[in-house]
Amino acid sequence: MNSVAVEVLRYRPETEEEPSFEVFDVPYEDNWMVLDAINHIKDQMDGTLSYRWACRMGVCGSCGMMVNGKPVLTCATYVEDVLPGPVRVEPLRGFPVVRDLVTDIRDFMVKLQRVKPWIIREEEKPLAEGEYLQTPEELQDYKQYSMCINCMLCYAACPIYELDPEFIGPAAIALAQRYNLDSRDQGREERMDVLSQHDGMWGCTFVGDCSVVCPKKVDPAGAIQRYKLDATVDWFRSALMPWRKR
Amino acid sequence: MAKALNASYRRYHPKWHRERVPIFWWVRSASYIKFMCRELTSLFVAYAAGLLLVQVWALGQGAAAHARLLNWLSHPAVVTGHVVLLATLLFHTVTWLNLTPQALVLRLGRWRVPKAVVWVGHYAVWLVLSLVIVWLFVGVA
Repeated sequence: MNSVAVEVLRYRPETEEEPSFEVFDVPYEDNWMVLDAINHIKDQMDGTLSYRWACRMGVCGSCGMMVNGKPVLTCATYVEDVLPGPVRVEPLRGFPVVRDLVTDIRDFMVKLQRVKPWIIREEEKPLAEGEYLQTPEELQDYKQYSMCINCMLCYAACPIYELDPEFIGPAAIALAQRYNLDSRDQGREERMDVLSQHDGMWGCTFVGDCSVVCPKKVDPAGAIQRYKLDATVDWFRSALMPWRKR
Repeated sequence: MAKALNASYRRYHPKWHRERVPIFWWVRSASYIKFMCRELTSLFVAYAAGLLLVQVWALGQGAAAHARLLNWLSHPAVVTGHVVLLATLLFHTVTWLNLTPQALVLRLGRWRVPKAVVWVGHYAVWLVLSLVIVWLFVGVA
């Protein structure tokens, strides 16, 4: 059986002022994921290691970590792909660390709510009129953005969020765009009011790494630029035709 | 042996660690470096735009002023600088044009124009405009 050195960032606030790396020599099998190696450390070497994980199949978005400096889902990253080692595992960048590899994600949860990621209707039609129908083309308009699993890898890849934690961030804007582009939704203006603030879409300088690291190919960077374009068109419309509704 | 307790730790009051952002954060990856180069080259774009305005201004001042400017522009050091300027302008233009398909979604009726067409379209417009400018200069000469 092969083995690899795994450097894990440890932070135990009750005994340490600063985090430090602890090295584990982990035996691994073919086709092991990085998460398998971390689980091996927890099960066989040091049960006090703290981290999040759940589904093990790239759906829940819980096991995002920095592996060799890149934000990845550890359940979807082969150990073989990060060899020869040592493999450095750290908590997601840009978030406060609670313990070891566990970050405090409340900031993201608050921001997500601010963009109202749900269908907003000015008036609901009566149930008797049936469901809101949608064509396959209308579904395609937003489907890409609906694939977001809230794993926050895009936040960890975004230097703007790291430099200015007020920035509302890639996933929140992509999810706002997901609902804006939904033919059943009527909440575009409400979301624009939130995202046109100083901490909204204009904070993005289009580094583009959020789209590179996204495990679901959501392309948050593209969503943000589209949002900027929409906002610019809105502004010109309101300036040139003030009598027209946005 | 149990480790000594951290004096600043208070039980049930989480003490988060927030990593300080290093001043050279942008050398972490090739994509960050490319991004910074793209942003910095906008200064050269501003210089090129300013130079164009100065040329128009010199033309307005008469033949002598324009000749003085041309004389300065033909100095070897200035020519060398402007070759570097051209390289930065090309880098700025190419990096931005390559990003356009991500930002621009075009529709013709129900048909979504493919990203490749948006990309090629921008380069085609750039090429046509450049050829028009070259034609104007050659025509004047």
